[in-house]
Amino acid sequence: MRLEDFLLMRHELLLTLIAIIILIAEIFTDDFKKQGIRPLSIILMAIVTIVGFLPAPTGTLFGGMYQATDMRLMMKNILNIGALIVFIQSASWLKSDDNQNKVSEFFLLLISTLIGMNFMISSGDFLMFYLGLELATIPIAALAAYDRYSNKSSEAGIKLILISALSSGILLYGISMIYGTVGSVYFDKVSVAYGATPLQIMSFIFFFTGMAFKISIVPFHLWTADVYEGAPVNVTSYLSVVSKGAAVFIFSIMLVTVFQNIAAMWKDVMWITAAITMTLGNLFAMRQNNLKRFLAFSSISQAGFIMLGIIGGSELGMAAVVYYILVYIFSNLGAFGVIAAISNASGGKENMSDYDGLYKTNPALSLTLTLALFSLAGIPPVAGFFGKFFLFTAVAEKGYWWLLTIAVLNTIISLYYYLLPVKAMFINKAETSIAYFKSDGWTKVGLIICVAGMVIVGFASVIFEYIRTLSFGL
Amino acid sequence: MVTFSNIVKYAWLVPLLPFAGFLIIIFFSRLLKGKSSGIIASALISLSFLISLLMFFAQSDSAVKSITLNIFSWLDVGALKIPFELLIDPLSLNMMLIVSGVGLLIHVFSIGYMLHDERFNTFFAYMNLFSASMLLLVMGANYLILFMGWEGVGLCSYLLIGFWFKNDLYNLAARKAFVMNRIGDLGFILGIILLFFTFRTLNFSGVFAQLSAFTPNNSTIVIITLLLLVGALGKSAQIPLFTWLPDAMAGPTPVSALIHAATMVTAGIYLIARSSLLFNLAPFTLDIILAIGLITALFAATIGIYQNDIKKVLAYSTVSQLGYMFIALGLGVYSSAIFHLTTHAFFKALLFLGAGSIIHALSGEQDIRKMGGLKKKLPITFLTFLIATLAISGFPPFSGFFSKDEILMAAFARNPLIYVLGLFGALMTCFYMFRLLFLVFYNQFRGTPEQESHIHESPALISVPLIILAILSVVGGFLNFPEIFGGKAAQANFLSVSLTNYASNAGHMAVSTEWILMAVSVLFLLFIVAFAYNRFIKQKMLPAGDEIPLAFIPKLLSNKYYVDELYNWLIVMPYTALSEKVFPKMELNIIDKTVNSFGEYTMWLGEKVRRIQAGNISFYVFAMVTGVIFFIIINLYF
Repeated sequence: MRLEDFLLMRHELLLTLIAIIILIAEIFTDDFKKQGIRPLSIILMAIVTIVGFLPAPTGTLFGGMYQATDMRLMMKNILNIGALIVFIQSASWLKSDDNQNKVSEFFLLLISTLIGMNFMISSGDFLMFYLGLELATIPIAALAAYDRYSNKSSEAGIKLILISALSSGILLYGISMIYGTVGSVYFDKVSVAYGATPLQIMSFIFFFTGMAFKISIVPFHLWTADVYEGAPVNVTSYLSVVSKGAAVFIFSIMLVTVFQNIAAMWKDVMWITAAITMTLGNLFAMRQNNLKRFLAFSSISQAGFIMLGIIGGSELGMAAVVYYILVYIFSNLGAFGVIAAISNASGGKENMSDYDGLYKTNPALSLTLTLALFSLAGIPPVAGFFGKFFLFTAVAEKGYWWLLTIAVLNTIISLYYYLLPVKAMFINKAETSIAYFKSDGWTKVGLIICVAGMVIVGFASVIFEYIRTLSFGL
Repeated sequence: MVTFSNIVKYAWLVPLLPFAGFLIIIFFSRLLKGKSSGIIASALISLSFLISLLMFFAQSDSAVKSITLNIFSWLDVGALKIPFELLIDPLSLNMMLIVSGVGLLIHVFSIGYMLHDERFNTFFAYMNLFSASMLLLVMGANYLILFMGWEGVGLCSYLLIGFWFKNDLYNLAARKAFVMNRIGDLGFILGIILLFFTFRTLNFSGVFAQLSAFTPNNSTIVIITLLLLVGALGKSAQIPLFTWLPDAMAGPTPVSALIHAATMVTAGIYLIARSSLLFNLAPFTLDIILAIGLITALFAATIGIYQNDIKKVLAYSTVSQLGYMFIALGLGVYSSAIFHLTTHAFFKALLFLGAGSIIHALSGEQDIRKMGGLKKKLPITFLTFLIATLAISGFPPFSGFFSKDEILMAAFARNPLIYVLGLFGALMTCFYMFRLLFLVFYNQFRGTPEQESHIHESPALISVPLIILAILSVVGGFLNFPEIFGGKAAQANFLSVSLTNYASNAGHMAVSTEWILMAVSVLFLLFIVAFAYNRFIKQKMLPAGDEIPLAFIPKLLSNKYYVDELYNWLIVMPYTALSEKVFPKMELNIIDKTVNSFGEYTMWLGEKVRRIQAGNISFYVFAMVTGVIFFIIINLYF
């Protein structure tokens, strides 16, 4: 192996490098000067994100354990964008007194999960995959418990770690069965030898459970409600967007490659879970008054929609999934960003009724939130519409008419609750609506990126066309 | 040397430039002071005109007459492949030159006319947006792009009719235009959908290439053409969808000239001419078009005789002239329809701009009973108005004579009765136009002395476009100088690449018959002018004031046959009654209940499901394990 082969791991190496830089910065700054780490981390992350888009070589490393293809690089870039937005959005929150001393902790933990996700996406065998998965999960438990003096936050951390331990156990059990029946953990070998013996089917379901936990598919989603609510807003947004996106990426890759022999079987499983997930997610979201919880549940329903593309199994479907995640990052982070900004400025106001008449006092924020919710609901011409449209096309192409009907019905239901906050902001009158406030620079930058993303990704068909051209081959 | 294929590569600039103008004016509205936005708008339109002109000249030297320019693939989902393509061929070039050329003159006119309006910038933004949409409409290479432009011009028309939105009546007029057009558009959309399902493409060339598989009066083709016709009726203000056009005169006068006389209202004629091959396969539809055109031409002309608002007279004359174009379409002589469309664009734009100049000079007065004697005070306006009146009445050698004559000859070849009716309409046109001319420009001024002291000839910005249009109204007829006078029917030959006439242009008529018919019509016209002269100048008769009761027929005509009232009584009132009495019950008991119970049930389910979410982690684990077992069971045993 030559030294320049390490260039294939550019994303992981760069992230490791900035993690080390932040660590050094943490060691060599005084306790009361930690604030400087915020811009440092954001700028470093921005550099990594931009460098990620430079043309890069593709190939395999470590005898196929690590694989770099154009599609996987694209996925990593999308995750980098998401992480960068979360970084920017966290800046003003990290400035508060409670978080003074643990600024670098936040960034370090986040970067480690991102490294884990990158390894997971690039994995060529189950061991690398598992390693990445754990690295992407365990630090998140620590992040969820970031407000360690808040009961809810620590409860979220404990719950996350417990459930993830269980799902990891089941997943590992599944992998051991795969190794037991096939005699290899390399994806290419497994995909050839995989059959439909009962043991192999069981191994797939165990494996599926582990992924379903990460993507929060019903009935493996129950942890999300408590964790999303308990964790700080920025961690929740990261969890519901970037972390979920990474799991969707690797899962969709594995389904069409490793498990292609039993496609007929997993498509049935997916069909059922997708329908249930969309519907239950919607039912949960409908009754929420707390906007944070509301978005958390809507993200469960979104996971159901994302699975439509995976079921399609076609190249169009895969491109639709990747595109949708990209759109979803901008939309969901945009919504979370507004909610976090308002929560920070108004002393924790997160309820729907607090937003009455917000348009009168804070028009820019209201419009951003409206745009984000429209995008999530899939109202044209925002990017979310095209995302959903392509997902639906992928399903229709394969003739899943019933699933499509369910999906469309769910879209209509989701329209109802996505428009509730919009109604509150624009139509409802309030005695005392949240007063006008000026957002700080970081928040503005974060929101502008989200709005630009929602609009540009929607109108520039080039982006979707480009994703389509990336062959989904591994 | 610019070759056609080279210059066509820049055809996309033609609609894009005015659109850019729209964006610039909208976004930098605050920075644009004085005339600047009008100048920007006019400059961009003139660039479009220049490119169109270059393309026209390059094309006449070129062997290739028609080029399709692919801009990008617009929609590409499954079977639905719609490229964003522009078609540059004689027909579209003809329309582009009219839209950008006449459009440019009207833009320049508007700089002078709208100068003191507080929404000057917005006006030009809308005008540019309109020009862009109209150019897109005539340049699109498939029905969807045509429809895009179609909706764009509809929107601009709506915005510009209601431009002075502080007046409620004007808003109502805008709404009426919008609703009437919506009815037409519905037909058009259905037509497009049916086209797609029949031919699996929306490209003009793709559709026309498959037509050989159909026999004449094939029911699908007839339905498609009828649906397209509904769209054309709405846009081109034909019976029964014509009542919006006279009301549309609420907009500023340049808008009436550009949108409601020269360009947008001819979109329906363009649509049918563009689909000439399709309509040739549906003689049934052509007959309907002929009937509608004939009725509209006569009907509107009779109303025109009794109108006292200068713009209303012109509006009804537009409806009537559009009726003539429909007659031509119905006779299958599409090139004559386009010829009349072209000359009409010149003289009708001129008439409207002249009216605008008069209204401008009289500080907003539109009632012809309060005008008179303006000949001396507005010499340029008078002269140009006179030329336009001669042109629209059909006096040789003015443009209207040739284009109208061509239609009437084709009518005679089909059936002398159609000719007689057509001629009758033309005579009425002549009468009300000269009535207008005499009442406005001759005798004594009948307005207030205060108005009289203000009368002044309009500035150059207003009068120069009038003069140019007047020249065009005179010479426009030579575009298609008929063979009988030793001409070459140049425009018809030019258009033959795009249009296929159903019937040949009166080819089988004896030359002597043609001469006799022309002589007869000119004689009749002279007689009508003499009659009008005697009535309005010699006897100084004035239309009665509004308070004097009229005899039955004049009353019927001046109230426009009560069509508005009829529509109100037939459609609006029953609809209002239904929505007040029946729909509330239906809505409450059936629709609301269904929707609400769906919502309530979902809410109830949501409440139930939420209970699961109690925060108990051992239940979570239990649910996960149950899920695993459930999946194993269904996969292993089913």
